[in-house]
Amino acid sequence: MGGEFDWSVIWKYREALWDGLATSFKLFGIALSGGIFFGTLLAMARLSSLKVLSYPAAGFVNLIRSIPFIMAIFWFYFLTPMIVGKFTGQQGEAVGPFTSAIVAFIMVESAYYSEIIRAGIQSIPRGQPWAAYALGMNYWQSMGHVVLPQAFRNMLPVMLTQAVILFQDTSLVYVVGLKDFLGAASKGGQITGRIVELYIFVAVVFFLICFLASWGVKKLNARLAVAR
Amino acid sequence: MDWKVFLEMAPSGGMTYLGWLGSGVVWTLTVSSFAWIIASLVGGFVGVARTTPVPWLRAIGTVYVEIFRNVPLLVQMFLWYFVMPEVLPKALGDWLKQDLPNALTLPFAAQFSLWELTAAILCLGLYTASRVAEQVRSGIESLPRGQTNAGLAMGLTLPQVYRHVTLPMAFRIVIPPMTSEFLTIFKNSSTALTIGVLELTAQSRQISEYTFKTFEAFTAATLIYIVITLTVTFAMRALERRVAVPGFIAQAGGH
Repeated sequence: MGGEFDWSVIWKYREALWDGLATSFKLFGIALSGGIFFGTLLAMARLSSLKVLSYPAAGFVNLIRSIPFIMAIFWFYFLTPMIVGKFTGQQGEAVGPFTSAIVAFIMVESAYYSEIIRAGIQSIPRGQPWAAYALGMNYWQSMGHVVLPQAFRNMLPVMLTQAVILFQDTSLVYVVGLKDFLGAASKGGQITGRIVELYIFVAVVFFLICFLASWGVKKLNARLAVAR
Repeated sequence: MDWKVFLEMAPSGGMTYLGWLGSGVVWTLTVSSFAWIIASLVGGFVGVARTTPVPWLRAIGTVYVEIFRNVPLLVQMFLWYFVMPEVLPKALGDWLKQDLPNALTLPFAAQFSLWELTAAILCLGLYTASRVAEQVRSGIESLPRGQTNAGLAMGLTLPQVYRHVTLPMAFRIVIPPMTSEFLTIFKNSSTALTIGVLELTAQSRQISEYTFKTFEAFTAATLIYIVITLTVTFAMRALERRVAVPGFIAQAGGH
């Protein structure tokens, strides 16, 4: 390296870095919405009085939460093409790395979000769904119109904090060779030998995004606290 | 399914694939425990610093937590391993990359050097310290203010109040969140595979690459993770019950 920095490499690689950052955000957006959607279903299943629903849901959530994120990514990266291949009859290249990574992220995030959502649902007084049933609502109506809207409001701060963590976790797709922001920097570093500048740049950008997001979440919490 | 694959000889290390898994467990636990020591010491100090009335101590604590919490762990891993030797004075950087690896050959068929291990432990320890600090801070802040005030009114100095009043109570309050932080460090130690530390996740992937028995290799590693997680959880619950102060933290003792 010779101790001299050459920051121009960042400008030279701006397009690859930008594409990488876009991939990170895409992964984040899909994993966040998928994670919250399936996390809600998992939480409802877990709180169900039907054991055929609650046991498998609890098993899945506890299993995912007790293994490393990277291990879970490896698992779904291995399983997704196999399972999809079985259904479509295609072998091998039926599912690309990006799809497999997305499935892995949605699965892992739904397990983490389901715990937050479960706590949110449990924070609603029991009398509320009972009152809804007494008014003649069915399970889905009482969940959709009474319980979940209040639960989501209660758990918004924790969900947003988890979203910032999720954004940081998207960098883990590096382990399956996907070119996210970090992956793009890594690739550029290998070509130019300017890995130091690129990694420092990635760290600073991640810091700015996550710091500002966390700060925003804190401000929002303060506002919600007053509103209550 | 072919579970006998673990009894076959692995291509290196003079052991079976089961031996590789064992080596992975050893390094996962080594990285997690050393990192945990750093995390609890640094995190404890930073967390306490943020609760003191001393402005510059609070500022240092806040800056530490914000920096380490807002950069992804994997990026931090690369900063320690790839970037640090280059930004340090050249002699020190070269020592890290060349002399440290030769200082000691790691046991248990490690296939990586002391420098990878050191970088992984430092990174994981200082990253987790920021999380520990937040737990310690909220533990201390959850204590009634009257306790500190009573201590000061009795003529104790601030350090004495921390030593005899605040910290003993805070220690008990933070045991459950600390347990989950330890489990987090244990799971996060798999990030070390990106800089070449062959811990449990890396070994299971390596076995799958050599034998094509991916399902068996991943299942074995997953089961080991679950067993260790359960063991730690039960051990910490026992500790929690043992040190519970009667009348406080009622959920701990189950009374």
